[in-house]
Amino acid sequence: MTYNVPKRIKEIRFGLISPNEFRKMSVTRVITADTYDDDGFPIEMGLMDPRMGVIDPGLRCKTCAGRAGECPGHFGHVELIAPVIHVGFAKLIRKMLRATCRECSALLLDSTQKKQYLSQIRTLKKMEQPIEDITNDAFKEARKPKVCMYCGAPQLEIKVEKPSTYIEKGNEHDHKLMPSDIRVRFEKMTDDDIEVMGINPKNTRPEWMILTVLPVPPVTMRPSITLESGQRSEDDLTHKLVDIIRINQRFQENREAGAPQLIIEDLWELLQYHVTTFMDNAVSGVPPARHRSGRPLKTLSQRLKGKEGRFRGSLSGKRVNFSARTVISPDPNLSVGEVGVPLAIAKELTIPVNVTSRNIDHVREFIRRGSEKHPGANYLERADNRKIKITDKNCDELADTLEVGWKVERQLKNGDVVLFNRQPSLHRMSIMAHEVKVMPNKTFRLNPAVCPPYNADFDGDEMNMHVLQTEEARAEAKMLIHVQENILSPRFGGPIIGGIHDHISGMYLLTNGKNRLRKEQIIGLLRSSDIQEIPEPAGEEDGIPYWTNKQVFSYILPEGLDITYTAGICTSCTECKKENCERDAYVVIKNGQLIHGTIDEKGIGAFKGLVLDRIVKDYGQTLAIKFIDSMTRLAIRSIMHYGFSFGIDDEDIPIEANNQILELLKVAEKKVMDIIIAYNEGNLEPLPGRTIDETLELKIMQELGKARDTTGNIAGKYLGIENAAVVMATSGARGSMLNLTQMAGCVGQQAVRGERIRRGYSGRTLSNFKWDDLGAAAHGFVKSSYKSGLSPTEYFFHSIGGREGLVDTAVRTSQSGYLQRRLVNALQDLEVQYDGTVRDTRNMIVQFKYGEDGVNPMKSEHMKPEAVRKIIESVTGREIE
Amino acid sequence: MALSEKTIDETTKNLSLPFSVKNALVSDLKKVNVSKKELEEIIERIMDIYSYSTIEPCEAAGVVSAQSIGEPGTQMTMRTFHYAGVAEINVTLGLPRLIEIVDARKKPSTPMMTVYLAQEYCNDRDKARELAWDIEATHISHLGSISTDISEMTLTIDLNEKVIIHRNITPAEIAQKLEDELGVSIVVEDNRVIIRPEKESYRELLQLVKNTQNVTLKGIKDIKRVVIRKEENIGEYVLYTEGSSLKKLEGMGGVDMTRTITNNIHEIYEVFGIEAARNSLIKEATDTLREQGLTVDVRHIMLVADIMTVDGEVKAIGRHGISGEKASVLARAAFEVTVNHLLDAGIRGDIDELRGVTENVIIGQPIKLGTGHIDLVAKQNPR
Repeated sequence: MTYNVPKRIKEIRFGLISPNEFRKMSVTRVITADTYDDDGFPIEMGLMDPRMGVIDPGLRCKTCAGRAGECPGHFGHVELIAPVIHVGFAKLIRKMLRATCRECSALLLDSTQKKQYLSQIRTLKKMEQPIEDITNDAFKEARKPKVCMYCGAPQLEIKVEKPSTYIEKGNEHDHKLMPSDIRVRFEKMTDDDIEVMGINPKNTRPEWMILTVLPVPPVTMRPSITLESGQRSEDDLTHKLVDIIRINQRFQENREAGAPQLIIEDLWELLQYHVTTFMDNAVSGVPPARHRSGRPLKTLSQRLKGKEGRFRGSLSGKRVNFSARTVISPDPNLSVGEVGVPLAIAKELTIPVNVTSRNIDHVREFIRRGSEKHPGANYLERADNRKIKITDKNCDELADTLEVGWKVERQLKNGDVVLFNRQPSLHRMSIMAHEVKVMPNKTFRLNPAVCPPYNADFDGDEMNMHVLQTEEARAEAKMLIHVQENILSPRFGGPIIGGIHDHISGMYLLTNGKNRLRKEQIIGLLRSSDIQEIPEPAGEEDGIPYWTNKQVFSYILPEGLDITYTAGICTSCTECKKENCERDAYVVIKNGQLIHGTIDEKGIGAFKGLVLDRIVKDYGQTLAIKFIDSMTRLAIRSIMHYGFSFGIDDEDIPIEANNQILELLKVAEKKVMDIIIAYNEGNLEPLPGRTIDETLELKIMQELGKARDTTGNIAGKYLGIENAAVVMATSGARGSMLNLTQMAGCVGQQAVRGERIRRGYSGRTLSNFKWDDLGAAAHGFVKSSYKSGLSPTEYFFHSIGGREGLVDTAVRTSQSGYLQRRLVNALQDLEVQYDGTVRDTRNMIVQFKYGEDGVNPMKSEHMKPEAVRKIIESVTGREIE
Repeated sequence: MALSEKTIDETTKNLSLPFSVKNALVSDLKKVNVSKKELEEIIERIMDIYSYSTIEPCEAAGVVSAQSIGEPGTQMTMRTFHYAGVAEINVTLGLPRLIEIVDARKKPSTPMMTVYLAQEYCNDRDKARELAWDIEATHISHLGSISTDISEMTLTIDLNEKVIIHRNITPAEIAQKLEDELGVSIVVEDNRVIIRPEKESYRELLQLVKNTQNVTLKGIKDIKRVVIRKEENIGEYVLYTEGSSLKKLEGMGGVDMTRTITNNIHEIYEVFGIEAARNSLIKEATDTLREQGLTVDVRHIMLVADIMTVDGEVKAIGRHGISGEKASVLARAAFEVTVNHLLDAGIRGDIDELRGVTENVIIGQPIKLGTGHIDLVAKQNPR
């Protein structure tokens, strides 16, 4: 058996093609503008000549004998009756005409200058630097002389009419330069001269910028489609070529018939127009060629350009097989490294297996099960490359005849490694490798703890899955992009996978304060985290042993973990009571036992979780995955054990609280009125560097903001710490106290661009307000709460503020997307070398040592002074203060 | 048997550790009395951890950095104006500011300087205020009111006496300045300046009013406002300016140029050079991200700042900067302005050596980065 070491393309050279080359590579000259004859067969020497390739299945190419799909297509050519200008080079042609002599075509620079430019260009090319600056300079200099220094001919000014008409301004009358005239001039240029102008003489001659032969693209790149009615619909390029050939023919006939110069010139211009739009149908100054329906044609340039163009749409990004997409839904019972795959998808997607003497029996089982019974096989490729579909009927027979050296495409089964992705793929954690778990129903299932890296939720999000097809790919996926390898984000070196929402509320409910649990209860809580034995009870009450809630959490902590921190629920009192904190916000974990404190977002949350962070960094990723799994399960069990719900009546506040809020708002409005009165009387002292108007606005906003916050505090006080919404907000599970304020207290000021709402009618926002009313209500202060409901004006103002938010997000996504694209494009080629430097593709050193210290941001924690101190302490056994 | 500080210094001197780690190590070692054996063990463990934490060769550091800066962009606000540091001065923040930094704009939308003062100025409020008036551009509208007399065809400026004394400028000085700038005859009467246009026409008079308003009488033209603040943490007066002009500040007495900064990166580049510009890029980007509450490792920002400044000038990220000057034709064509890059490549006879990422993706070859950089070929018949 031989190995196929793949060949590598080393380089691609660019250049212009000469007319002779066009003729040589052409398989036929195209002379008729027609495509098919009445019987539906392609016409010889027509635009669909079968020598240029085939598109109809069943036919064979007359040049290479390949079938449709095998034959890549072959170029034809059209002999243009008169030369025409290639639009893409129109600008360069203009510059060259102005820089060269109209008689002898010499570049209008003296020989020392030329030499200087030439050596500059050559060195820059050697250093792979752009030469534009030098050539532009040369063009500018060469434009200056009024008389040729070589032949003494006076130079005339050249005017350009967009896009490709050149007019020489004579003393008496202007003379239009025909493409053939330009071609004659360009032919006389010397190689040295054109090199100064930035043209590489090795593979390009300037006269090739003026076309005498037009290549006809192969049929395969402009296939015609047969409509349902049996009618053929031609590609845009074919339409354009038809135009070119027709005009070309008419031009020839007229010229042979000796038509007047005026008609010849018109036809020439028409030919130029058609060739121009064939290349680029969006040249400024040229009306775009249109389809009969009025739609502009998509010609060569348009095929390459833009997001859906050839480069960005079909070359940089490609469509793939072996992929699946469906809606996602949560399943806390899966491990974070797993993905639940619907059975229907598992049966469709396959993994190729080479049959060897070692696995033949194993593979045979797959084939025997056929394609209908789950871990089966769908296709079989024999040694002679024949592919056979496995069905219920032939599966037994195929299993019996299976031989070593065949290839079997077996169905996806539990434990296979697949890539899982959610767009937009903003960072590398947007594509991670998961292990397959085949499941019933039709959605992908994933553990909610992996939502943060994907930025996924379950409101209808869809995700993609890709099945890896080679051993190398699977090995790389498992070792580099498995979920386990991506717990830490390279962005900031902290955990990006961790508890969210219910995990945090659950943990908070479980660990907050001290409470006792009976045996059945702790078994209930711990049953889903692989429990080996129940820990020693904390004590006995009435002869019944009991365990504490902290013990339950400690059970899932790794042994020997030591960490002390203040939890997120800490209110930062003036004096910290540490272990005796009445909110239980001081977390102490000693030797893997939670002694004090509440576990909240700062403990186990994604992004912030300190306990999680410690475990990943000190105990490794495998253990961290295990911890996340059992932690999330325990949290879900806890939240079910303690019960957690939130409804509209959870925002109910007593009458007296409501009265307090109303009173407060009244006072605030009074204060605002006072400010306005002071302003009207001219007693308002402006803030330094602000006008009086600005000061007024600022002061009012400040006052109203303060009022809203106070209503929130009142509402929060009456809702109490037990309230589900308060629990969620303080523990960091979801929402904030601001949200709560708006629901129970007062929605507050609505703003547009950070200012109170001002636009609307002249002098007032809405017609039910007085003119020049500066009061709170007239400029978008909403004093109702969401619970009590908004008044019509408030509702209107609120929707103004809301709309701004929506516009903001829409603009932001597009802007940040473009920023990301630019950043990635600029930095994508940078790589850390074996010597620790960072270099680009030219081997230019960008950094001598990555990040100045060569430390991986993901592991930078280990190189902090605290980490050093920890090592010294652990070696010496002494503490450093 | 504790080791002396000298031996600690000597043994740690040649360790290939980052500066900060080495410093922490040495200072901690000196505090705790270590024996030779302990020291050796500590060093071994630190070296182990260092080699574990270093970045691996072939890592695609560029893409990781780009993603680490781009990804939080989605979470940033569009809120253009807010107050950073000083309540009185508006500064662009959030995503627009980040885009501005990466674009290497010649002038930011809200230029701003933080001017630190020399020793004798920084503790003296009056001196600081004096300097502030010297920096802030003073226009006629600050000093008094302009009125026109059509019958007399004159323009009269009534100067506010208090303000003039406050700003330390005399009517004669104002008249001199206006004469130099406008080239018209000026009469000064006490606190009144009377200007007569050259030609007696109403249009001329109106034009004169406009021109007079535009004359900078004192201070630096670009600086619209100066705010003085006492920075509590360093205990000195600091000037914050709206508008930026480092160059003109350079010759001024009382300004501590070693600490004074601006948020205009191009100005830093021109005055202090490319290294300073790099540091300024890092500082501005870090501050912008931090203000939004986003944590991004400095190393990522450093890499972006480095690629923008490697060539010795500040280059933008994008078509007009780095991406437009790439060696590969295909990489440029795949980014923006596809067709032009292809046509130019044909003319120049460019050769694409296919060393970058996009090029190899386009032609369907493994890319030379990460695991693709390693050439591993199986040997046939290992026996």
